[in-house]
Amino acid sequence: MDPRRGPLAVPKVRRVGFFTSIEPSPETPRPNRSLSGPAEAITSSSPLSDSPSGQFISPVQIPPSRHHSDNLASRAAPVPVPGPSAFRRQLANDRALHVGSYNPVDSLLGTSPPSSNGEVSEDSGSLFGFQRSDSAKLSASFPNGGFDMTMRVRAPQESEAKVAIASTSDGRKKNVEASAGEGESVAAKPRKEKETKSLKEKTSKAERRAIQEAQRAAKASAKGEGSKRAGESSRPKPSKPAKQPQPKKEAPQVTSSVSEKRAVSVEKERRMDVPQTQMQYDDKSRVDKAKRRSVVEQTESKNKVELFLHLPQYERGNQLPNLSSNIFSLDTIHHAVYKVGLQHLAGDISGDNARCIAMLHAFQEAINDYTTPPMKDLTMDLTAKINGYVSFLIECRPLSMSMGNAIRFLKNQIRKLPVDLSEPEAKASLCSEIGRFIDEKILLADKVIVQHAVTKIRDGEVLLTYGFSCVVEMILLYAHEIGRKFRVVIVDSRPNLEGQKLLRRLVTRGLDCTYTHINAVSYIMGEVTRVFLGASSIFSNGTLYSKVGTACVAMVANAFSVPVIVCCEAYKFHERVLLDSICSNELGDPDAIANVPLRNNKKHSKTMDNNKNLQFLNLMYDSTPAEYISMIVTDYGMIPPTSIPVIVREYRREDLLL
Amino acid sequence: MWRRSASFILDDERRRTSNSPPMADNTTRAPFQNPDAISAYYQTRAAHHGVITSDWLAQAQAAVGGGVSGEENSDSSVSELGKDKSFNVIEEFNGWRKQPDLAEAVAAIRALAAVIRASEASTMMELEIELKKASDTLKSWDKTSISLTAGCDLFIRYVTRTSALEYEDFNSAKSRLLERAEKFGEISCKARKIIAMLSQDFIFDGCTILVHGLSRVVLEILKTAAQNNKLFRVLCTEGRPDGTGVLLSNELSKLDIPVKLLLDSAVAYSMDEVDMVFVGADGVVESGGIINMMGTYQIALVAHSMNKPVYVAAESYKFARLYPLDQKDMAPALRPIEFGVKIPAKVEVEMSARDYTPPQYLTLLFTDLGVLSPSVVSDELIQLYL
Repeated sequence: MDPRRGPLAVPKVRRVGFFTSIEPSPETPRPNRSLSGPAEAITSSSPLSDSPSGQFISPVQIPPSRHHSDNLASRAAPVPVPGPSAFRRQLANDRALHVGSYNPVDSLLGTSPPSSNGEVSEDSGSLFGFQRSDSAKLSASFPNGGFDMTMRVRAPQESEAKVAIASTSDGRKKNVEASAGEGESVAAKPRKEKETKSLKEKTSKAERRAIQEAQRAAKASAKGEGSKRAGESSRPKPSKPAKQPQPKKEAPQVTSSVSEKRAVSVEKERRMDVPQTQMQYDDKSRVDKAKRRSVVEQTESKNKVELFLHLPQYERGNQLPNLSSNIFSLDTIHHAVYKVGLQHLAGDISGDNARCIAMLHAFQEAINDYTTPPMKDLTMDLTAKINGYVSFLIECRPLSMSMGNAIRFLKNQIRKLPVDLSEPEAKASLCSEIGRFIDEKILLADKVIVQHAVTKIRDGEVLLTYGFSCVVEMILLYAHEIGRKFRVVIVDSRPNLEGQKLLRRLVTRGLDCTYTHINAVSYIMGEVTRVFLGASSIFSNGTLYSKVGTACVAMVANAFSVPVIVCCEAYKFHERVLLDSICSNELGDPDAIANVPLRNNKKHSKTMDNNKNLQFLNLMYDSTPAEYISMIVTDYGMIPPTSIPVIVREYRREDLLL
Repeated sequence: MWRRSASFILDDERRRTSNSPPMADNTTRAPFQNPDAISAYYQTRAAHHGVITSDWLAQAQAAVGGGVSGEENSDSSVSELGKDKSFNVIEEFNGWRKQPDLAEAVAAIRALAAVIRASEASTMMELEIELKKASDTLKSWDKTSISLTAGCDLFIRYVTRTSALEYEDFNSAKSRLLERAEKFGEISCKARKIIAMLSQDFIFDGCTILVHGLSRVVLEILKTAAQNNKLFRVLCTEGRPDGTGVLLSNELSKLDIPVKLLLDSAVAYSMDEVDMVFVGADGVVESGGIINMMGTYQIALVAHSMNKPVYVAAESYKFARLYPLDQKDMAPALRPIEFGVKIPAKVEVEMSARDYTPPQYLTLLFTDLGVLSPSVVSDELIQLYL
């Protein structure tokens, strides 16, 4: 998320850069905050704190209450990080430029009535208001003295501001004054501006990025300590001059280890509350930490593909005996959950629905056996317990999106439990809620989907499906049952060959089937009239996240203008947006693709094992862009992929969101 | 490859299943013998087109039903169809439907309102069941009319929703429903005005507009634009077999709008000089695509490949919970086509009256809910029906 915010902030900064008149507005909030906030905050806004505005304001005492609110507000609404421009400014290290650039704003805002404390805190909820009120405040402080005259006490300055509000004529007078102040700097301005511009061009993208990162880290650390020190922040001035030189030195050397380390630690802290599913496995410290806590001992495979380092990849097969031996020694994990975890690990349960149902049943059992420890709250303790189970399951195998949704549902149910409910009642209600979820959102949803999808199967059609999806199987069987005459093409792929299971089931029921591997999909697509696909998840932008190979089938179908129908229960919809299949994916056993069964190639694989230049990538999922999907059949009917957000917004709010 | 195509198989299937080959007696023009194969909706439309007069639009919506000469032959046959089922609703519906200015959905709702009026039910539940039965008969009577289906669904939806609100007594609830039914007619008339207003921003001076089909909304749009003193030119496709383009050009020339008639096959030829395409819609489906008079898809394809915007004007009661995947994925709406010459007995004739235009070829939809992009249609439908 953070890297995304950076570029967003840039245009704003650019605009500021060109229109120098508005320059102070985005950056002024920061120095103010650093003032109010802890010493760290000052070091944090490293490239900025030496900016002249910060210096100019610093002597002016501003009532603590206001800072406090500012500070809070800044935490609530993130202020754009003026990355490049801050750097540029810092490099330029020039004060006159800033002072010069203030004045037009002063003249504009000097007469506006902004700077009451309450207003600031209110306004600051929105970014714009925040900037504006601050610049207005600046304008109040600036007209009554040039850059060197700001060394004033707070009280008179404030009264002056009030006067400015009261009488416009007075304000105009001040504007004149201000423009006089500007006159001094104006000569220096154009030259400096040129300089800064060229400097800006010189800073490379990487550098800018690094700066942003450093700023972010600093900001976060400030955040962490801000709350602690907020109380004593009334007089932060003395600390400031001492701290100021430090960032000045540090910021340009963006690669300095200090800032990097801080960034890591901060990031760690910040992510503590983020669900574990999103752990980045290329982050060493976090992985180590996770390992220490983990129940399952997995050995990481050595030869990993560069692009997918952030995903966990383990050697298969060696942890299972180990785990099953100490099944009795582990009392933190409920045995039902343990069993499900092992089944996931061994691959005994596959398929999203099956995994999700198994997990929910295990939770049901665990909740049934649960007793609240003395002196503890059921809501809190049970949530913690569930969290423990979930992290165990994740260690066994990364959760699918649908399981994540189900867990969110359960946690939300726990949170929503009435306080006055006795423990057995609470447990019973939770269990019945879980049962209801399974029945309504999964089993019944499947039935509805089948009813909808069957209307799209006419006589004489050739349907293609990829891999194994239980909903698609149900649809095909039902359509056969009600007497539709159609043919099925099952496309399969190594290494799982799940399609064979489907093929076996369909053929025994008397359906006309063709079985082929994905290599032949472009040949077979010519005779196909409909493609039915299952889904692991569908994201808000309509991207389908499903078994690897699905995207290929969908694209070929699209090229042949064959409609692609995706069957997916609504509980699998995810409100996030997915753009590629790299960020979130799962790595399977690399040996599965290295070894081809029925071929005596053991010797061959031995030589491959030690080869540093050879990496096996066994991706489990891929993402299909929305434009290849003609229709999504869900329990709410048949919808286009563009309507996923509507379903998520309208129907899942009560289940999943806070 | 073509042999593998399922559409071929399907066509084959249909021909085999239909008891009489529809093209056999095409030249003798006796399609009424096969009532199920002929779309009543498109029959009515053709009838309306046949009797079009200058005061066609000026006609007040409260005009009394029937009474337009020349309509008798086609509509009497239609009502014959209704009679063999001998349902009150259908006769009522047909009565309303004869008004050229009244939209099909409104006619359906008026018919359902008549059901309420005539009903002797004493509870809301009973009334609901009765209404449902009536709407089902209406819907099954003419499966090709999307706005009929949508209108019925909308009204039933409204009834079931309001009954949940529990009025203190049954009679007030009943009168409330009737009120609503009356209002619906007004809404439908207002909708056209709203759409016409909304679309004015898109018509600029000096533009050339290609129009396909005779849509009351599109005509209203062009009329409003002319009244606003906009300078524009209209190209009308001929619109075989109904000759809708001829009728539209006639109407437009009365309004002093420069009009040019095109052959249906000259669309690509003249697309160069076109700035935008305006079409109406018989139905707007869940995907955001439209079902409209035959030829719309073709025009949308040409416009899309030449990067011209395609605007659709449709009232919101034409939104239907349908999701066709391709052209054959709809109930076939057949219309007899006259070729003027004798067609050899072995030659098949494509008689479908409508086609489906997928959403990716449409630019914007002008509806009374606002100017929508095709993907919003589904959002509206979900909010309406779920």
